[in-house]
Amino acid sequence: MAKVPAAVIGVGQTHHRAKREDVSIAGLLREAVDRALLDAGLTFDDIDAVVVGKAPDLFEGVMMPELYLADALGAAGKPLLRVHTAGSVGGSTAIVAASLVQSGVHERVLTVAFEKQSESNAMWALSIPVPFIMPVHAGAGGYFAPHVRSYIRRSGAPGHIGAMVAAKDRQNALKNPYAHLHNEGTTVESVLASTMLWDPIRYDETCPSSDGACALVIASESAVAKSGVKNPAWIHGTQMRSEPTTAAERDQVNPQAGRDASAALWKQAGITNPIEEIDCAEIYVPFSWFEPMWIENLGFSALGDGWKLTEAGETEISGKLPINMSGGVLSSNPIGASGMLRFAEASLQVMGEAGEHQVDGARKALGHAYGGGSQFFAMWVVGADKPAN
Amino acid sequence: MKVEFDYTRSLGPVLSAFMSALKQHSVLGGVLADGRVVVPPPEYDPVTHAAITELVPVSDVGTVLSWSWVADPVSQQPLEVPFAFAQVLLDGADAPLLHAVSVASASDMATGMRVRVKWAEEPTGTIRDIAFFEAAGDDASDGSASMEFGAPEVTGIVSPVNLAYDYAASPEETKFFRGLAEGKLFGQRCPVCEKVYIPPRGACPVDGVPTAEEIELPDRGTLTTFCVVNVPFQGQTIPIPYVSAYVLLDGADIAFLHLILDIEAADVRMGMRVEAVWKPRDEWTTSLDNIKYFRPTGEPDADYDTYKHHL
Repeated sequence: MAKVPAAVIGVGQTHHRAKREDVSIAGLLREAVDRALLDAGLTFDDIDAVVVGKAPDLFEGVMMPELYLADALGAAGKPLLRVHTAGSVGGSTAIVAASLVQSGVHERVLTVAFEKQSESNAMWALSIPVPFIMPVHAGAGGYFAPHVRSYIRRSGAPGHIGAMVAAKDRQNALKNPYAHLHNEGTTVESVLASTMLWDPIRYDETCPSSDGACALVIASESAVAKSGVKNPAWIHGTQMRSEPTTAAERDQVNPQAGRDASAALWKQAGITNPIEEIDCAEIYVPFSWFEPMWIENLGFSALGDGWKLTEAGETEISGKLPINMSGGVLSSNPIGASGMLRFAEASLQVMGEAGEHQVDGARKALGHAYGGGSQFFAMWVVGADKPAN
Repeated sequence: MKVEFDYTRSLGPVLSAFMSALKQHSVLGGVLADGRVVVPPPEYDPVTHAAITELVPVSDVGTVLSWSWVADPVSQQPLEVPFAFAQVLLDGADAPLLHAVSVASASDMATGMRVRVKWAEEPTGTIRDIAFFEAAGDDASDGSASMEFGAPEVTGIVSPVNLAYDYAASPEETKFFRGLAEGKLFGQRCPVCEKVYIPPRGACPVDGVPTAEEIELPDRGTLTTFCVVNVPFQGQTIPIPYVSAYVLLDGADIAFLHLILDIEAADVRMGMRVEAVWKPRDEWTTSLDNIKYFRPTGEPDADYDTYKHHL
């Protein structure tokens, strides 16, 4: 049976901040949800099902928050699902919501992802002692820094590439009113001068800790037609893959799951030459060096050449492949929402609604997320045109 | 194992007003779109989904609708002596509040009995300001104290969470841990892919079968990659800066993380040959931290080609 064509018809997000002490978790979600419904021109009564995503419960200490959130999300009397795939969860949540529409089960699905990092401390939550094991692990940065070092060794990339990514994303964030960090005057030099936290990762090369939420309304072809939305972001392909965190000779720099997911995605979306056919990409870069690493993993460049696109300025908004026009995870990181924000920003680009960080003429965009120890990948391609397949 | 954290919960406008009122010995209910009054007030109307904006005081006296006896209270429950959990419909409210009722025995509890709030001696701006309910006899309700609605005094609560649990090691891990207590490093080979895992696995991540053939590994190997941790965090046990490195023991097919010392962090290199420095024998347990750290052996660095497939 053919898939039902589906599109994003509503996008909403919070103004991401270090601490939103004025709202509860439910209140935070409602800001994003209310904006997405308004954007779609719908009310809760129009919604058939709700799909929620967030990262580990230890981040806020609320077990199964979807139960407490049912009222606030207007889910009473409707299916309410929760998705969990660590940091990639915002992406996989959007994909689960999309599949409920593409399968013909529902007409309009509301999906929302969030994190309220100020309620706890993610560094603590990610460094819980493991019995009988040497306690050298130190949060996400401590996990990824050795693999960044491996990438630099493998690719021969010059040391300033990470700083170039950070400076670019922070400059892009100045064009995005929703971004958490608005650090005027961030330059390659200022990033290189910032404190080394997890050598080779510097302070300015890491993501912030944010409170925030993102919501999307995904509609079937017939529901798009019935809506007043004239510029939907059509979903051209969705893929998820996972792999073990630790396996003998596992490639941690260029994970198999990411390679397989992107190859399948391009095929599904009818794309044969990604760098020529994708107009811009929002990819999950919580530590700056992951931009060149994922450029390669996604097949936008040959192996070992990802950093050359960054160095040549091709990932800037005016470049050949603009990446993280919104400022990316490096500028806003409500963890559970970060993946959905990538998917949402890709949608805004092809809807032509990205404001000051809009890429001129963007018609096909990638949204990407990864999570855990690079073992979960979720990605989609959205386009201004209805997919042919 | 014990995991604990004091979560800082922000309440939002509705629950901030509710908690602030409790601190002043007043109970507030939220008014739903259909006029019903619910305690504690929900933040959003369950039918219209609109934000709740109207709060009204209800009585601190009510009626037990249903109850359950707690014969053996556990830590952090409202009372240390046997008590009842009860659904209490406060006068003026349309939906019950779940709380504790203090009576001498289960035979003193009954559906329909009248109960009154016993306020905590020290107000904290949390639900525990209602210490518990106690029998009110036939006393009439004198209502909850009235209060001024202004800017809420309480906007957040601290929510301590703790979890204590016993860790059960798999048979494969047990061999490894017991080996450590003898100063030995036991890996196991997967019967399908023939890779040597340390620690051994109940299921090979690639083939899904337990690792089986036991292989004693030397306490020296190659440092494949590393980072220098220079960030302090809650729960940290090693002073910063320290080198956290993947050590690939000779003969193993997977590296594990350990600490590198006896060398300046700036001098640590990928491919460096390292060996274990063990704690004194009388301090050995079943943990990998029997090895205090790894230090350079002084041998020439391993050739990149010998470990590049472990990155």
